[in-house]
Amino acid sequence: MLRALFKFNGGVKPQTHKLDSVRESIGQIPLPAELVIPLHQSIGGTPRPLVKAGEKVFKGQMIGAADGNVSAAVHASTSGTVKAVEMRTMAHSSGLGTLCVVIEPDGEEAWIETRPVAWRSLPAGEVRDILRDAGIVGLGGAVFPSHLKVQGSRSTKFKTLIINGAECEPFITCDDMQMRERPAGVLRGAAILRDLLQAEEVLIGIEDNKPEAIASMRAAVANLGDTARDIQIVPIPTRYPAGGAKQLIRVLTGIEVPHGRRSTDYGVQCFNSGTAYAIHEALEFGRPLISRIVTVAGNVEAPRNYEILFGTPMRHAIAPTRAKPDSDRVIMGGPMMGFAMPNPDVPVIKATNCILVGSPALFPPPEPEMPCIRCGECAKACPADLQPFELYWFSRAKQFGKAQEYALFDCIECGCCAYVCPSHIPLVDYYRFAKSEIWDREREKAAADAARERYEFRLAREEREKQEKAAKLAAKAAETRAKLAAEAAATAAEDDPKKALIAAALARAQAQKAEIQPDNIEQLTPAQQAEVAEIEARRAQIREIAHTPPENKP
Amino acid sequence: MAHNSPYLLKPASVRSVMLRVAAALLPGIAAYVYFFGAAILVQLALASATALAGEAAILALRRKPVWLFVSDGSALVTAWLIALTFPPVVPWWLTVTATLFAIVVVKQLYGGLGQNPFNPAMAAFALMIVAYPLLMSQWPAAGFADFHTQLGLIFGERALDGITMATPLDALRTALHSEENRATVAAVIAQGASFGTLGGKGWEWIAAGYLLGGLWLLQQRIVTWHMPLAFLAALGLIAGVFHLINGDQFATPLFHVFSGGALLGAFFIVTDPVSGATTPRGKLIFAAGIGLLTWVIRTWGAYPDGIAFAVLLMNIAVPLIDMHTQPPVFGHKKGDGA
Ligand code: SF4
Ligand code: SF4
Repeated sequence: MLRALFKFNGGVKPQTHKLDSVRESIGQIPLPAELVIPLHQSIGGTPRPLVKAGEKVFKGQMIGAADGNVSAAVHASTSGTVKAVEMRTMAHSSGLGTLCVVIEPDGEEAWIETRPVAWRSLPAGEVRDILRDAGIVGLGGAVFPSHLKVQGSRSTKFKTLIINGAECEPFITCDDMQMRERPAGVLRGAAILRDLLQAEEVLIGIEDNKPEAIASMRAAVANLGDTARDIQIVPIPTRYPAGGAKQLIRVLTGIEVPHGRRSTDYGVQCFNSGTAYAIHEALEFGRPLISRIVTVAGNVEAPRNYEILFGTPMRHAIAPTRAKPDSDRVIMGGPMMGFAMPNPDVPVIKATNCILVGSPALFPPPEPEMPCIRCGECAKACPADLQPFELYWFSRAKQFGKAQEYALFDCIECGCCAYVCPSHIPLVDYYRFAKSEIWDREREKAAADAARERYEFRLAREEREKQEKAAKLAAKAAETRAKLAAEAAATAAEDDPKKALIAAALARAQAQKAEIQPDNIEQLTPAQQAEVAEIEARRAQIREIAHTPPENKP
Repeated sequence: MAHNSPYLLKPASVRSVMLRVAAALLPGIAAYVYFFGAAILVQLALASATALAGEAAILALRRKPVWLFVSDGSALVTAWLIALTFPPVVPWWLTVTATLFAIVVVKQLYGGLGQNPFNPAMAAFALMIVAYPLLMSQWPAAGFADFHTQLGLIFGERALDGITMATPLDALRTALHSEENRATVAAVIAQGASFGTLGGKGWEWIAAGYLLGGLWLLQQRIVTWHMPLAFLAALGLIAGVFHLINGDQFATPLFHVFSGGALLGAFFIVTDPVSGATTPRGKLIFAAGIGLLTWVIRTWGAYPDGIAFAVLLMNIAVPLIDMHTQPPVFGHKKGDGA
């Protein structure tokens, strides 16, 4: 079963640190005293809360309904009582608050009624709604609502479904362990996706440093017989970030999906292996997404993977692994792309693939930043084929237009450039800064456009009213002068052009709005939105300071 | 303040890059000492001390962290390149002035490490050869290695007759340009005591030493193959074409590659990251441009070697080259229909 693989440029090979957390099987964690479940856990709209304080909820009960189609529902991860629906610190370095449903578990773990979905006999749209209402989102970290991805492109015939089991970030082993211990579930999920998308082939890409997962998945393929038809397990070379969706698509198919294009336009779609498993659970058992496998590793005595309920405080999840005394931070995600948490009490959410405990010894502060010597190491390491040092220069100089010209938004923030930079420049920080600044500007511009749109609409309305008045006057005149009745009729017929005028104004405004969204600001991850919000807050603060009379200043 | 991801960093530093570049110069330096005596070591020491002291002083003036930057090794590499491209018996003050010029004016006044558009060592070489053409053309004859005399030349009175001679490149150019154009390459080389098998006597071994160090730098991935190859290929190609057309008037490609600073330049000068092109295609264009210009200046110019001027000229073109050779971004390659 040899497949010709392709290569992506760049990439790095950091030490993987994966062996310690795979010694023991996936563990369970006792129920915490309270679960704090943020409503906003995916790209898109914030789900509407469906419960109030004091209400009893069952395990798996929907507590947040998807807000529009680009959104995904949220569920109670255990049975108990809703203590509050309130703002709590979100799992993001900004430390901003987000609306959460706080549940006090009753210890019963009483499920709502669940039943398998007869998805084969349902129209595709309905299956998508079911996935949305089961809260299925990309579990590789991107948390993009999966139901939006279960449809082909109108223009291109769908060919290849890719299941991402590469798991290239150091320390993280949750997908590895899931594929080792629950290969059938992952494969059944993949088979469902294959049938929904009518894919010709399914390629499950796994980095070749996970021989156990590869063997276990291959054995399961053999066991499942016809269910696993057209599914291939493909070991791929271990090189970070081979698990980036675009990099994996490139490695397995040779296709490069440009930024801003959907992979389905190229006949390919990619799901994380954990997501495939969750889809299987949702459709075959009717269980919504309420937990996930999380690697707890880093500066702990006993790193391990656990199945953790969403809303569990990270501190509670770390406890059984025994953090070492010199631990100084908790990072969500891996060491290459993860974010430091504002405190260890933030909850585990759908995006939490790893809780990484850090210490000054494990992740020492970088050496002093030196000027860029244009050595080009970063460009050699960049999997997006960018010139990171040019982006750095433009971002630093706040030449955001230039930065976009040099494809800032094609940067996947993988961190390879900063990893290799001999001048120890925190390059990715500069890109995150530039991106959030640009998003924020886009948002301000969008707001201004909306205001202008309203203004134009008002102008159009006033214009119409004026003309209507004129028409009425004319009609009156027609009444008084019966012989001019024909003229009055002609004026009335002008009603249509008036409507056209308003429509044209609206269309213009809308076109402008579409133009100013080169990088859809409505499809940011909660983390990215938090960054933009952070900038907003900073600006508001500056404005406030600027507007405070001098004598009031401390 | 806590830093952000990536939390894992490769153990790399400017210092380790620069020190490895310096280390790669050692085989060439060893050959230098073997054939031309210990004078070069004196010059290396002079240049190093001047560069470090000059850099420290100006960093202090600019209120920059002195130790952080002085210890990054970049000044040391510049100093060594100056010493290695200058004749080994130039008076001490010339080395000191040139080094100060390179470090203070060309590097620090442009903003310090990473900011200088011109290669500091080559700018210093160009300045000195224009200001002191005679001193900069007095190269010792091979086998002349009496340290005492050399020290005298560097620090005391200059009595050069019979000790120095024109370099092979210089000798060849002067001979071909004078004597009513009747000399041929073969004749000049046969007569001249300074010629060896491939390039100059002794010099070809030093060049081989640089080649060795350069290959090590390639293996260490400190330089990529683009620049050395493009530079040597361009130099060899144009030399070869003209040699084929008229072997009497134009020296062989091998002679060009093994003479003067060609191999030192290929791996250590042309490859200076700060002042060079950065894109893969840009590197090829940049280095090939230097190769061509070097040959042109060597053949028709008035100076013994052309690398310094060629490098400076191409330094000017770097922003343009980089701008027009941006590699395609992932997914935006030609033929992707994107
Ligand atoms: S790796 Fe660092 S020093 Fe080298 S070019 Fe990139 S940003 Fe500059
Ligand atoms: S973080 Fe961005 S610029 Fe840096 S290597 Fe990754 S994709 Fe390239």
